[in-house]
Amino acid sequence: MSRHLRDRLPEWLVTLPPMGWLAVLFLLPTVLIFAISLRPADPFGGIGAGWTLDHVRALAAPHYVIIAARTVLFSLLTTAICLFLALPTGYYIARAPGRWRQTLLLLVVVPFWTSFLIRIFAWKVLLHPDGLFKQALACLRLVSADAALLYHPPAVLLVMVYTCLPFAILPVYAAAEKFDFQLLEAARDLGAGRFQAFLRVFVPGIRRGVLTAVLVVLIPALGTYVIPDLVGGPTSEMIGNKIAQRVFVDRNLPHAGALAALLTLGVLLPMAAVLVLQARGRRRAPTDEEGL
Amino acid sequence: MSALLELQDVAKAFGRVRAVDGVSLTLDRGEFFSLLGPSGCGKTTLLRIIAGFETPDAGRVLLNGRDITALPPNRRPVNTIFQSYALFPHLTVRDNIAFGLRVARRTRREIDDAVDRMLALIQMEGHAHKKPDQISGGQKQRVAVARALVNQPSVLLLDEPLAALDLKLRQRMLMELDLIHDQVGITFLYVTHDQGEAMSLSDRIAVMDRGRVLQTGTPAEIYEAPRSSFVAAFIGDTNFFEGRVAGLDGDYCRLAIDGFADVRCFNDKQIGPDQPVFLSVRPEKLHIAREAPAAKPSINAYQGRVDDVIYLGAMTKYWVRVDGHRLAVHRQHSRFLLDERPIVWGETVWISWHADDGYMLERFSEADARLVERPPEKIGDVPDDAPAGEDAP
Repeated sequence: MSRHLRDRLPEWLVTLPPMGWLAVLFLLPTVLIFAISLRPADPFGGIGAGWTLDHVRALAAPHYVIIAARTVLFSLLTTAICLFLALPTGYYIARAPGRWRQTLLLLVVVPFWTSFLIRIFAWKVLLHPDGLFKQALACLRLVSADAALLYHPPAVLLVMVYTCLPFAILPVYAAAEKFDFQLLEAARDLGAGRFQAFLRVFVPGIRRGVLTAVLVVLIPALGTYVIPDLVGGPTSEMIGNKIAQRVFVDRNLPHAGALAALLTLGVLLPMAAVLVLQARGRRRAPTDEEGL
Repeated sequence: MSALLELQDVAKAFGRVRAVDGVSLTLDRGEFFSLLGPSGCGKTTLLRIIAGFETPDAGRVLLNGRDITALPPNRRPVNTIFQSYALFPHLTVRDNIAFGLRVARRTRREIDDAVDRMLALIQMEGHAHKKPDQISGGQKQRVAVARALVNQPSVLLLDEPLAALDLKLRQRMLMELDLIHDQVGITFLYVTHDQGEAMSLSDRIAVMDRGRVLQTGTPAEIYEAPRSSFVAAFIGDTNFFEGRVAGLDGDYCRLAIDGFADVRCFNDKQIGPDQPVFLSVRPEKLHIAREAPAAKPSINAYQGRVDDVIYLGAMTKYWVRVDGHRLAVHRQHSRFLLDERPIVWGETVWISWHADDGYMLERFSEADARLVERPPEKIGDVPDDAPAGEDAP
């Protein structure tokens, strides 16, 4: 037993720092949030003594249900649109000749050179009634001259897709780069059209990349709060905005904790589902001696 | 038999490389036809043109008399076995085989019946639920064959299908492919660089080099009557002689070759006196003995010295020096351990061959002559390798 422990000691030593980091900076705060949500609020913005389920019950209020539903809807729509755009993009980058591939990847990553907040403010300018984007659309008669783009749900969706898209393209590309494109020739040879080969062979072939893209888009999208805050209006509030409001305006930490706990559970569920899908075990291939 | 697939002056270049340079071929229905050539000879490009993955720069591809040159691969009634098999890793063996039928929107009953028949043909009923990474290389090969054949293609294209298997398994799959071909009666077009595979399976072979077809014929025609030095050297081993016609003698002629007095040869090409001639004589057609053979006009016999001996069991390869020439001679043995008294290195021997066993070539090049296997005469004496280009993408 002691010998077993001694043999594994280096392994433990290597694992300890990251595990400690996660425990102190992730697990502990999460547990604290869950705990705080069960405490009463104190009128000076602190946490009262004793335990209560009031804040958890308050989550069932109709306006929260609407906001929760909107949060899920916006996030799912963002994920779907991002995937729809990322699949062909990842495919074409992976098939591009070597030097082009580097350039295209760079273009995907370039937005990260600018601060997230500044990019969202840029959209505010673009979508503003006198902004370039709005004027261009009006010129093309795609929107009427007095249409309001800013402060409405479509603007929130647009900016959410804009910020999440690189996070969808990169995992799709990473999977597509390892994809054996001869499989597409095989599919075409067996009678599949281009689109059918793409759907039946390419997309399942990069399944893991697609699942990763879903995770890294859906989870941040569920927690979005700056985007609806800056480009959204009263009809585009999401759970993140409510949490911020409870913390900074109402100074009701337990109430905010209950909302945050709800969001955490909402994130953990799809993540667990994806992890189960990804972890589907594979068995060993037989050798030819056994196989024949 | 009637023409099923016809290629008319097909050409394809990649940049400045002429991968396929004016190829015309006709495949008969039900035939097992091989494209044989070294890597980079254009055989795979030709196959991809037939499958529809490449568009030829010139020429036409006709299938059953219909021009299919412009059709995309999914609308051609041909199917391909890829060298790496290209099985879909996310689908089971059954779903892989069913893929073509599903895409063609056949009924569930039809699909199930057809797939079951294929699984029975390849003896893999017990593995239908497995994924490709759970079966062996030989099994993958069979699934690839079934996945193609289930669509009942007019032509089955096989792109070096055995190259990924080890030697022993290759022999076995070779026999299996032959059995499958006999059973399904579909035309097979088989691409390979392995002359053994091509010889043992094919009804006919087209030998390719540098984008051109050099000769088409049955394995026996290709082996016994090679038109050029490339065909003679690429398929099997041979000895080349260069000389000129010294005199005519009915259907035969007498050749003057440096170091060989008065070589008699069947003059099937009606070559006139003083014309240059290139002769190919296969090593197994040469006889080696200690005593001079009985003098007959039809026998060419010369004295030489054994330079090198390689005993291979089934036969022995001798290299015999006859006045500056090094001739390869293959000899089979009988009663080897009793009283054959095998010829050994350094002995003086008689080499002889029948006048009908020498074959006159239409074309000869020194580069081809270097293709035939010769043991080095000194250490480090390595023949220049021909530029080993990969087959065009």
